[in-house]
Amino acid sequence: MREITFAEAIREALREEMHRDASVFIMGEDVGVFGGVFGVTAGLYEEFGPDRVRDTPISESAIVGGGLGAAMMGMRPVVEIMFGDFLMCAGDQIVNQAAKARYMSGGKAKVPLTIRVTTGAPGSAAAQHSQSPESWFMNVPGLKIAVPATPADAKGLLKTAIRGEDPVLFFEHKMLYAVRGPVPEDPDFTIPFGAANLARAGRDLTIIAIGGMLAKALEAADALSQEGIEAEVIDPRTLVPLDKDALIRSAAKTGRVVIAHEAHKRAGPGAEIAALLAEEAVEYLDGPIMRVAAKNVPIPYSPVLEEEVLPGVDDILAAARFLMGGAKA
Amino acid sequence: MSGSEIPLLQLYRTMLTIRRFEERCNYLFMQGRIPSTLHLYIGQEAVAAGVCAHLRRDDYLFSTHRPHGHAIAKGVEPRAIMAELYGKRTGCCKGKGGSMHVGDVRVGMFPAVAIVGANAPLAAGAALAAKWLDKDRVSVCFFGEGAANEGAVHEAMNMAAIWDLPVVYVCENNLYAASTPFSKAFKIQNVADRAAAYGMPGVVVDGNDVEAVYRVAGEAIARARRREGPTLIEAKTYRLCGHSRSDPRTYRSREEEEEWAKRDPIPRLAGRLKELGLATDETLASIEQEVQALIDEAVRFAEESPLPEPEETLQHVFWTEEG
Repeated sequence: MREITFAEAIREALREEMHRDASVFIMGEDVGVFGGVFGVTAGLYEEFGPDRVRDTPISESAIVGGGLGAAMMGMRPVVEIMFGDFLMCAGDQIVNQAAKARYMSGGKAKVPLTIRVTTGAPGSAAAQHSQSPESWFMNVPGLKIAVPATPADAKGLLKTAIRGEDPVLFFEHKMLYAVRGPVPEDPDFTIPFGAANLARAGRDLTIIAIGGMLAKALEAADALSQEGIEAEVIDPRTLVPLDKDALIRSAAKTGRVVIAHEAHKRAGPGAEIAALLAEEAVEYLDGPIMRVAAKNVPIPYSPVLEEEVLPGVDDILAAARFLMGGAKA
Repeated sequence: MSGSEIPLLQLYRTMLTIRRFEERCNYLFMQGRIPSTLHLYIGQEAVAAGVCAHLRRDDYLFSTHRPHGHAIAKGVEPRAIMAELYGKRTGCCKGKGGSMHVGDVRVGMFPAVAIVGANAPLAAGAALAAKWLDKDRVSVCFFGEGAANEGAVHEAMNMAAIWDLPVVYVCENNLYAASTPFSKAFKIQNVADRAAAYGMPGVVVDGNDVEAVYRVAGEAIARARRREGPTLIEAKTYRLCGHSRSDPRTYRSREEEEEWAKRDPIPRLAGRLKELGLATDETLASIEQEVQALIDEAVRFAEESPLPEPEETLQHVFWTEEG
């Protein structure tokens, strides 16, 4: 299969969906002429014109709220919020408006709105341009949350988001944009929400890896394999809905679970997953559920400090070795 | 446009329906038939009626935490609103929205938005879609003067102006944001003066004069239908009731309230109808009877409707429930 980058996969999904359905349009800051600050929408302005690839003022509330209003009228907006950190500027529109429109209307309103957002570190972008805010929104009923980790998943999940009838927060880790991988060319290739990806099979422990941590988990699994430990690596791909059955099945098989994400540890996605496993799979577990995550401090600027805060391969290895009977790191 | 070209009897009927509906709601609330609280629209009826008389079913309306009047004027059935207030399954939001979220997308009213000012971006987005779909649909956004100080309103009006969106922003300046008087929250005299800063027309109108509201709204909506861009209308009006059911109105004087009661838009329109020879006391009494019967029927419907079943709580979170 041909290989393209994560960014190209997203652009391909956008282009194909815009050709497929005239109601799909893109709106956001610097997405048009400039092609997006990470170049993801490059070329689409030239191909589809200024109405369908719409540059906006710096107005996150109006971008998301405008997308919601257009979605209500039958359009399928894909709005872009440049950095996940800026989601709070549109917080009300996401949390109180988009998430609740369908429910408050007694099921009459459809909200086919996709909100694309970049997340993550490193890059010395410091405390307001580096966060992984997925779990802030997991607590809000009515929002679907996708966190693709591979180019193929990015394309397939984005198409599902655009074709669906619900508001979706689509988190794209900045460090993944240049990563290459095989991506199907079938224009109807989609990946359903709520279906985890078993990225590596193993018998000894389960690493549940989210977004940018998938590659690190696979690297850790290779290293563990050298020590005779076979780790299973699972990527939930969507946090809402969550493929609970796949996670429980793997926990039951291995009896040991490490959850890895770049969001802060406290009340991050791993807290929800750990609680779920504690509620529904504790009888299978041979040890504590370990979380590998960013420390509970704002993301600092200096590269040495940033590296200290972010979770890495070594952190996954330490958690895995501890579960396998080693000393606690 | 002279008085005779304005559908004054229709406007009177709409305004009276809103007034009687609200009075009955108030009564039912005090009887304990309706839970929560109520933000009544009593005194402001001329604004909803005068604006919505120009709207078609497929035009889109975005309302506030004080939405009953807008809903009735836009064509949401009073019985469906009343059943919603009762928390019944037959309510316009199936009992999930309540007073602050009444609406029905099937008649072009988004479930009312109870976060102050948050509906302004939605109205801009709906107008963007309407313009795009190359139809002459418009969207209308009602908000209070208090909402005008929210950032979302600023963002939305700027966006509406730069893209010439077919949206009409209707600020109902009832002089108090809950308890805070206009003069404590604005350095300027008119909210409509801000329109100039966005590059759109701003018009001040007597919100208790339905003929004036009808004229001004007609021009703004026609302008939007012609795809000439947005308008900000500021309708100066007054709540002849508290902000919500728990408001003792200690922040304003009884004298001020009495002055505004003299400008009550409904008796004012009744006088005008008689003056123009469009109605007699008998005509007005007959409209009163029809309206009362409509409200009676709405209450009966709400009372007799079934409550939702507990399992319905889990419905309608998503369109596609998977995983």
